[in-house]
Amino acid sequence: MIFLTDIYLDHAATTPVRPEVWQEMKPFLDGTYQGNPSSIHRFGREARAAVDAARMTIAESVGAGTEEIIFTSGGTEADNLAVTGAARAREHEGRHVITTEVEHHAVLHACEQLEREGFDVTYLPVTADGTVRVETVQQALREDTILVTMMYANNETGIINPIAEIGECLRGHEALFHTDAVQAYGMLPIDVASLQVDMLTASAHKINGPKGAGFLYVKKETTLHPLIFGGEQERRLRPGTENVPAIVGFGAAVQSLQKERETRAKTYGQLVAHLLTTLASEDVPYEINGIEEKRLPSIINLHFPGTSTEPLLAQLDLEGVAVASGSACTAGSFQPSHVLKAMYGEEDPRVRASIRISVGFGNDEDQMETAAQAIANIAKRQRKILTEN
Amino acid sequence: MTTNNSDLRVVVGMSGGVDSSVAAVLLKEEGYDVVGVFMKNWDDTDEWGVCTATSDYQDVARVCDQIGIPYYSVNFEQQYWDRVFTYFLDEYENGRTPNPDIVCNKEIKFRAFLDYALLLGADYLATGHYARIHRHEDGSVDLVRGVDNNKDQTYFLNQLSQDQLARVMFPLGGYDKKDVRTMAEERELATARKKDSTGICFIGERDFKSFLKQYLPAQPGEMRTPEGVYKGRHEGLMYYTLGQRQGLGIGGAGEPWFVVDKDLDENTLIVAQGSDHPALMSAGLYGSGLNWLRSSLPERPVTCTAKFRYRQADQKVTLHVDDKDHFYVAFAKPQRAVTPGQAVVFYDGDVCLGGGTIEATVAREELVSGSG
Repeated sequence: MIFLTDIYLDHAATTPVRPEVWQEMKPFLDGTYQGNPSSIHRFGREARAAVDAARMTIAESVGAGTEEIIFTSGGTEADNLAVTGAARAREHEGRHVITTEVEHHAVLHACEQLEREGFDVTYLPVTADGTVRVETVQQALREDTILVTMMYANNETGIINPIAEIGECLRGHEALFHTDAVQAYGMLPIDVASLQVDMLTASAHKINGPKGAGFLYVKKETTLHPLIFGGEQERRLRPGTENVPAIVGFGAAVQSLQKERETRAKTYGQLVAHLLTTLASEDVPYEINGIEEKRLPSIINLHFPGTSTEPLLAQLDLEGVAVASGSACTAGSFQPSHVLKAMYGEEDPRVRASIRISVGFGNDEDQMETAAQAIANIAKRQRKILTEN
Repeated sequence: MTTNNSDLRVVVGMSGGVDSSVAAVLLKEEGYDVVGVFMKNWDDTDEWGVCTATSDYQDVARVCDQIGIPYYSVNFEQQYWDRVFTYFLDEYENGRTPNPDIVCNKEIKFRAFLDYALLLGADYLATGHYARIHRHEDGSVDLVRGVDNNKDQTYFLNQLSQDQLARVMFPLGGYDKKDVRTMAEERELATARKKDSTGICFIGERDFKSFLKQYLPAQPGEMRTPEGVYKGRHEGLMYYTLGQRQGLGIGGAGEPWFVVDKDLDENTLIVAQGSDHPALMSAGLYGSGLNWLRSSLPERPVTCTAKFRYRQADQKVTLHVDDKDHFYVAFAKPQRAVTPGQAVVFYDGDVCLGGGTIEATVAREELVSGSG
């Protein structure tokens, strides 16, 4: 049951669909438009036109050509297509892949699969500020490195990597460069040429679009192996009938994002600042995980010394405040965040006493105040109980 | 004293089984602020990241959605390993037969998990155990057998303290198991027809021997009679329990053969013929780790009943207590296969008085110096 007073601060997990996005999608779900884009008849042409329009909007949003956008089912599939698809296509040129310890599991587990297939993967460390250093990448590069994959902004901390600098450092090297921009896309202006990336992942449901659509930007003349096989859709890199309603929604979400990205970033930054001010006035000790200057405005990861993540999340939920931590296992239980572990080390108390707060569409200052008070009360209470025991 | 049930938050430990499902639904129907929590104590995650707890957690989720309560999962793998599994292995290494369920209740379910529930702002922790709690006006409680004599689980709860029990609810204590099934079916709970789990929780349905072999090296040795006659080989003392008949592989004429003792020094399994062979019988036991639920340890001998294993019929005994870690239990009648490492649990009628760990047995009644 969701109450009106419930406060959603988990926009890094998924975001609500905006009304203007739903308006665009509706005719593709209510029977108004029902065609398959591959069909040659008028029904098919309507659907194809809608997919093409979305592709155009999305390509423009990252400075790409329309033939460089491959629609997928979401970020995970796009990451998998980029990582395994590029490595498998280039295995005769080399078998070394570079990534980082703090990637999303869509990249990490795809890399583990490559290792099972005989590839050699280097997992680069990050500094305590959460970023990968360009020199670290430079040093890891080998002659047989065929792929470097590195997220633009981290989903747990919001920390932004120097992707353009890394892209510059990779210039002249044979390795392909992929970045997972799922979190960054909604907050930072993106231009694939100035980032010097060969592949880039984004997802619709993280930017107020529907679940079920994502894209992989694939630079012209880059060869990938597909993950699945079938028809001619998406230049055979992603066969299967297009998810037309979701792609239409994705396009609408990007259109709205392109108009508002800067104001959104500013607003969300202010909301997070308001939360921090309230926390400070409530006299609850906290620390920001990662470096403040290199953080997306919408995501913040906070350490509350003396508390414990699991009960913190549960009790906040019982109070109607939805926040998150790293990730859960298949049995729903808390797994210490691999991101915080990489930043601070396995034994650091931050790993077991931190939460992620991510703001977005629908949040306002009142909510931030209420949420901060709830967080402060619960954190203080737990700190008291846990330190007394 | 008129607290509304809705003002009381009860965290229910949910396993994904029918018992804890019904416990949760009964509390919800009584109007409590019920929160379901699944405990993950054991990690058997395979290389694809899937563990056996996954489907149990899915059942918890389905039932909680049906009842309309929030649910969470909590991870006590580290605590379980440190406080239960280490003890479990140590006991086997020492030739004893541990009872991990009792230690799990004492250290995990009603300690780590209770602490977690209190962190969530709970007033009580509830579980699907078949046991009852009678609360007295002075705040003390009695741990009382469940109404279903066949399912009563006080044996496993004997190590809980007054402080722990004061915070606990057992909603199923007043019901028969078959009533619980019926209640689950009437409410069409997703777990209504789920088979009860058997065996030790972390081993589950797996083969016990091969499980243990992963953690403790098996040391095969000889089987001999109490008189020293060689009867064959054993696969490792830890695989055998006192009174065990199956799996010895000794044929021949006469009565069947039973495990009657373990000689750790010689790594020899002592076997004898006949299920009531004198070597298997004892007249009393020495125990340690006595948890006594009455205000102070008894200074005089206590005549009461006791169980030496789960589901055994109560036996008349006299308990002599020197101190918490030294007590002697004299049996009214000789007892068969009383096993070191297992629990002895005391009762006064339906009230569980507490219990301790069996350290050693004595063959004949003997007077214990210093007690009584």
